[in-house]
Amino acid sequence: MKSDQETGFPQISPLGIDGLLVRFADRFDDSANRAALAFRELADEMADVQETSTSLGAVYLRFDPHELPHAALMDRLRGLLAERNWYNAPLPANHRIWRIPTVYGGAHGPQLDATADLAGTDADSAIEELSTARLRVMAIGFAPGFPYLGQLPERWNLPRHDDLKTAVPPGALCLAIRQCVLFPAQSPTGWRHVGSTAFRSFRPDHDQPFLLQPGDEILFPAVPARDFDRLTEAPHGGASCEPAQ
Amino acid sequence: MTTLILHRTGPGTSVQDLGRSGYLAQGLSRGGAADPIALAEGAALLNQPPALAALEIVSSIEVEVTEPTWIALTGAPKKASRDGQPLSWNACHRLAPGQRLTLGAATEGNYAYLHLAGGIETPQQVGGRGAHLTAGLGPTLSDGMRLPIGPPPAPVQRERALPSEDRFGGGEIRVLAGPQTGLFPAEVLERFLATPFIRTAWGNRQGVKLGHEGEGFRPAGGLDLMSEVIVPGDIQVTGDGTPYVLGPECQTIGGYPRIATVAPQDLPRVMQATPGARLRFRMVTLEEALASHRAIERVHEDASGQLQAQEANPYHNLMVHNLISGVAIDIFDNKDET
Repeated sequence: MKSDQETGFPQISPLGIDGLLVRFADRFDDSANRAALAFRELADEMADVQETSTSLGAVYLRFDPHELPHAALMDRLRGLLAERNWYNAPLPANHRIWRIPTVYGGAHGPQLDATADLAGTDADSAIEELSTARLRVMAIGFAPGFPYLGQLPERWNLPRHDDLKTAVPPGALCLAIRQCVLFPAQSPTGWRHVGSTAFRSFRPDHDQPFLLQPGDEILFPAVPARDFDRLTEAPHGGASCEPAQ
Repeated sequence: MTTLILHRTGPGTSVQDLGRSGYLAQGLSRGGAADPIALAEGAALLNQPPALAALEIVSSIEVEVTEPTWIALTGAPKKASRDGQPLSWNACHRLAPGQRLTLGAATEGNYAYLHLAGGIETPQQVGGRGAHLTAGLGPTLSDGMRLPIGPPPAPVQRERALPSEDRFGGGEIRVLAGPQTGLFPAEVLERFLATPFIRTAWGNRQGVKLGHEGEGFRPAGGLDLMSEVIVPGDIQVTGDGTPYVLGPECQTIGGYPRIATVAPQDLPRVMQATPGARLRFRMVTLEEALASHRAIERVHEDASGQLQAQEANPYHNLMVHNLISGVAIDIFDNKDET
């Protein structure tokens, strides 16, 4: 457990004219991510806060500064930060567990073999490990509905490719730097493409356009390639979702 | 129902409103008009709420309506004509079916707006009508397309005009310190605030690249930062030290350091600065920024109040005649008529 004196965090700073940023770390740290997710749940309940979001280690609060002075909100946030050790807080109570069927390797994950090799394992063991890992939606960004999922064991601490010439299809499951990402739309990327899902985390024409929330957990169980067409017909690409509690 | 027929729509034309709020946690930035002040002014001219959608135009268009419709022209002044007759800018006009409205090259600025009484009523997507290009939201416009117009507001409309605030020539831009300002050594920040910048030709709804003489602006301790929350107006510095002012369609999180954030009331002046215009940044306190900040609803109320005051003036009819026809006295010192 870290103390505020040692690290200088959490820190509260204005961001723009109508926002505050509560930062729990300045380098990626799993406990800072848990702190941000838990603290956002609390910030979301404040009636005079208009919107909240999270990055990997911080919570952003947007409010009307003409109605709610910065100093008043900062005081309130300092009080809440002091109430507990946020770095070991549980995930938000309303988070869910998703199981998203995934076809690994072959045409559906053309970089699986090379990626497994770099991680010092083989394709079958990699599939076994990736399909049973319980990953957390640490933040959503880069593109609408684009989740950063973590955290994989140290062996998956592989760099992203520098060359962004390869485009991956919507639903692509990719990994690097001990994280997975799931592409909502076709995109060129330096992340390593290991599998494909029929899950679309951003559906602009649905009543519920976004399926994932920061703090949700996801498993990517392996299914055979012959099942892929069936998954594309199924609601949510065959994914299931249940409350964590 | 009234329909707007797009006979010709140049590149970059899009439907825009005040954007979509509430989706930052899902990675969707608010988006909306690059110049929301222009959106509010057009709405005031047409006696309607500022949230209605309008056309944002960066090149040229030629359009027609199927029913008599009041229109307003705001934002970056363009050469405007109705069946070949010039129309004044920052004003509203009547457009009859069959008449062709043409907007040509901008005389200055970047984003012009065509408002229609009743607003553009293309289907809502994710709680808004505006095009969000990076998210693939909003209609993609093409020649020959028809856009539905909503029912016009009830009050009787008349020709009127608003004085145009010059926000197209750059100038001094107020900025606020942010969570990452402290990553930049004091002398780098000082040099940033003392540097005259040029608004380069590289710019879109995601952001505007700034040009300057001399070395770049680099934070201490390199660039391996954790991705952090971004807001429109943030001045992001890329690896080579080049600053970019981020626009309404910026990403929601990103890994480049931000040296400061443009106050929202000055962001339209950055987005609208004509390429080549000079910009200089002045750091202000939150208190100073808040004192001159008005939410867009207030900008709309103020513009509406200004129009009412004009109408209460006994010389109103003469003034409007002069503004609309652009002859005789140019009481607001408009530069768009000759």
